[in-house]
Amino acid sequence: MNHLPLIIKREFFAKVKNKSFIIMTFLSPIIIVGVLSLIAYLTSVNNDKVRTVSVLDPSDLLQKVLVSTDYTIYQNLEDMDLEDAKQLSSSNGSYGLLHVPNVELDKVSDQIKFYSKESPSLSFISSLESKIEKHLGELKLIQYGVDLSKIEAAKTYVDVNQESFEGVKTSKAGSFLKLLFGAVAGYLLFIFIIVYGNSIMRSVIEEKTSRIIEVIISSVKPIQLMLGKIFGTSLAGITQFAMWVVLCFVLSLVASFVFGVDLSAAQTSHQAEVVEAMSNPQVNSDFQELILEFHSLPMWNLVIAFVLFFIGGYLLYSSLYAAIGAAVDNETDTQQFMLPVIMPLMLAVYIGAFTVVEDPHGSISTLFSYIPFTSPVVMLMRIPFGVPLWEQILSLLILVLSFVITVWIAAKIYRVGILMHGKKPTYKELLKWLKY
Amino acid sequence: MSILLEANNISKNFADFQALSDVSIQVPKRSIFGLLGPNGAGKTTLIRIINQITMPDAGQVILDGEPLTPEHVQYIGYLPEERGLYKSMKVGEQALYLAQLKGLSYAQAKKRLNYWFEKFEIAHWWEKKIQELSKGMAQKIQFIVTVLHQPKLLIFDEPFSGFDPINANIIKDEILYLRDEGATVIFSTHRMESVEELCDHIALIHQSKKILEGKLNDIKRTHKTNTFEVGLSANDLVQLKSEIASRFKFSKADFRSLEDDLKLNIQLGAKDTPRDLLAFLNENAQINHFVEVIPNANDIFIQTVNNN
Repeated sequence: MNHLPLIIKREFFAKVKNKSFIIMTFLSPIIIVGVLSLIAYLTSVNNDKVRTVSVLDPSDLLQKVLVSTDYTIYQNLEDMDLEDAKQLSSSNGSYGLLHVPNVELDKVSDQIKFYSKESPSLSFISSLESKIEKHLGELKLIQYGVDLSKIEAAKTYVDVNQESFEGVKTSKAGSFLKLLFGAVAGYLLFIFIIVYGNSIMRSVIEEKTSRIIEVIISSVKPIQLMLGKIFGTSLAGITQFAMWVVLCFVLSLVASFVFGVDLSAAQTSHQAEVVEAMSNPQVNSDFQELILEFHSLPMWNLVIAFVLFFIGGYLLYSSLYAAIGAAVDNETDTQQFMLPVIMPLMLAVYIGAFTVVEDPHGSISTLFSYIPFTSPVVMLMRIPFGVPLWEQILSLLILVLSFVITVWIAAKIYRVGILMHGKKPTYKELLKWLKY
Repeated sequence: MSILLEANNISKNFADFQALSDVSIQVPKRSIFGLLGPNGAGKTTLIRIINQITMPDAGQVILDGEPLTPEHVQYIGYLPEERGLYKSMKVGEQALYLAQLKGLSYAQAKKRLNYWFEKFEIAHWWEKKIQELSKGMAQKIQFIVTVLHQPKLLIFDEPFSGFDPINANIIKDEILYLRDEGATVIFSTHRMESVEELCDHIALIHQSKKILEGKLNDIKRTHKTNTFEVGLSANDLVQLKSEIASRFKFSKADFRSLEDDLKLNIQLGAKDTPRDLLAFLNENAQINHFVEVIPNANDIFIQTVNNN
């Protein structure tokens, strides 16, 4: 008799109807969106503040550079000595006082000072510095008799056009995008395995501690129960993930509508600078290039490989989690068995983050994209850089084969372990169980 | 008398520990079969093998003439000693789930559950979670899901543990009723008083071997020592005692009586009959009390285990 659908159904609903599951499903997106909105809101509040900066520049050296914007107003103080200017600035509530002494051009760079009540913001000072540097540099060049228009004409921007021997074009922006995709996929799998693997383990332990296990396995085979648990919990996990994505999307729409907050602002704290940068034609073309690159990624391959490796990797690890749950009596005893499971996973993420980035087709990257415990993460990170189909299929076959073997071993441990109570087994005993 | 379940030469080792060694039992149809033995004797292992939870190293189990297959689980109802239910699942949902695992359809399961819930007057528990019930209440649910699919063979491992005497009686009556309806019951316990009340056949397992099996009455017959418990009164008890000593072996007995009797357990000689003893006693004293000593299950259990 095949009871798998029945068991999957129960495991799924037992998870989904669980109060903490429901709360987490709805609360997490609210918290995430809430925190992001808060950050965005605070940033925009900060940015809206208009700063008035007093400038004491008797020689009008920097007059051309210090142009007032929506956020910063430069107020020139005329015919005043430094002490008066300081007093005035501190009393009229300006952000600070910029003093450019009237000295020779060669010496002025060391003597420019900014006076303020509190230390000024780092970004303000650095943007001020770069403006002044650029201007002083140009003034000096003129002093030396250099024609600025020639310098402008001599500026060269190099972007090496990359192309593979087969004629596929790539670029730095594309590499970045590939890395991003690989990192997101690998990290997602990592999180998913840890969260829902643990959930499977807990549900096995619950069956042991509530002593229902013997009743159930007098009706179904332990392996059926184990697989049912893995599939049921995974479905619940996917449901939760999907809910999160949808809820986050809806909530951020609502948040930006209600509060008028631009969530993307949360990512950078210097809106003004970003807007300035965006008007730069160079950045703009990079952005267009990024979109082009995105379309040129092997999308179908990525999506299919993502789904297959994600499922394969997740199932492989979750069968181990189920076996651990069966071997122990309570969650505190799981520690010693968790390490060997977490280790290869961590290894995979590190190899992905360091080796694949450096050399996606090197021997280490290639090797670990075949080893089943690291292949899901490493291969997913490699695929955007172009991996031959046969390599992907081979890796996937190894993964599936080791899943079958792992399930077989896990089922043996599971079958014996679920009936053992009271004692934490050693690795030696686990080996013995395989022979029962 | 036909046999429902046969276990033939079952052996099972766990690494270097032998749990069962060449054990065979035959459980007749419509009997209540007591599987007895001290803790750790191998009872639970044998039961798990019958339930196909554990596979034997050697030997074979035959149910109703066929070697066991996974399909047979629907003919067996098993109440393990280590039992429990999903704590956070509702009673009704849980009972339906377990019944469906035993092969009942949803509609069948629902109908039969309604019947049992009415019978035990617990219909209002349906929407409750197990964790809201007391241990005894949960045991009742557990009993219902064990018998719900009307199995041919019911296996109860220490069924009365966790029940108060009133509920234990209800369960005992249900077991007898199910037997009368045609079920066969294997009943594992080390509580001998319930064996006396329920079992008609027993098997005794000790240190992984079966050391005794048969009808309870036959076993009692073979274990009786032809001893009679007597209470006698006479003018001269000392002389009476020496008269008896010259003819029979005896020991002191202890039972309640109204008179200040001489209380003895007298064992018959090889050629004696109870009539001989009665005639002899009648000649020498007044007989107030005369009962054959029949060994109870507990005595047989202890005696057999000690002899091995």
